[in-house]
Amino acid sequence: MAHETKTVHNPPAAARYYGSAHTGTQTFWHQRITSVAGVPLTIAFIAIVIALLGRSHATTGQVLGSPLVAIVVILFVASIAYHMWIGMQEIIVDYVHGPVAKYLALFGNMFFCSVVGLASIYAVLKLSNGV
Amino acid sequence: MAEANLSRRERPLSPHIQIYKWTLPFLMSGFHRVTGFVLYFGFALIAWWLLAAASGPSAYANVQWFYGTFIGRLVLLGYTWALVHHTLGGIRHLFWDTGRGLGDGEIDWLARATIGGSIVLTLIVWTIGYLVMR
Repeated sequence: MAHETKTVHNPPAAARYYGSAHTGTQTFWHQRITSVAGVPLTIAFIAIVIALLGRSHATTGQVLGSPLVAIVVILFVASIAYHMWIGMQEIIVDYVHGPVAKYLALFGNMFFCSVVGLASIYAVLKLSNGV
Repeated sequence: MAEANLSRRERPLSPHIQIYKWTLPFLMSGFHRVTGFVLYFGFALIAWWLLAAASGPSAYANVQWFYGTFIGRLVLLGYTWALVHHTLGGIRHLFWDTGRGLGDGEIDWLARATIGGSIVLTLIVWTIGYLVMR
């Protein structure tokens, strides 16, 4: 065999992606990195939301678009979107076993995280450009 | 023939949630996953707010109206608690990752601190919110 991997699964199982993905440690590590980043960013985001409660649209746009706030919100959104993609993937592979349902859920997860994450970043960039 | 039928039978599954005794660490593990699951969909609330701010005054008025209603505030209160609880639970997990805090008493103490802390911090955040809101 040209490419030999140590596995307890038989070849057809590996071919159908029922075997190990071999990237578990990296996924675990990325989940830890984004959670460490998430602690100060979440605190900062809550503070930003509190500061903007009941403010007018003009003020909110100006604050969200100011460099420091915009950068914090973008970092928050990006790290959370990646964190929740990994987290939901973990839930899906734990509970969803039907091959069609599993892949629909995994694809849906990726699309949802990409859409809410990128849409949020786009919104902040648009506000930043306006200032 | 009998063999063919056997092979089509449902494979046995490992025991799942329902057979285990409900302990505090077990519940906390569940809370962490459930709050993460809820926050996942709740992220759309943040995306909606940011997009509305970027879209213009009328879109922003809509989002402000919804978050001002009783249902809207209830959703935000639940979202705040889930966010605080998941954050504290995450800090607890990071602490555990260093190999500390895994003794019998410590696990229960950390669990209680996470629940109590999440409720207290949520109330503090909302009190500050109501005090500074214009």
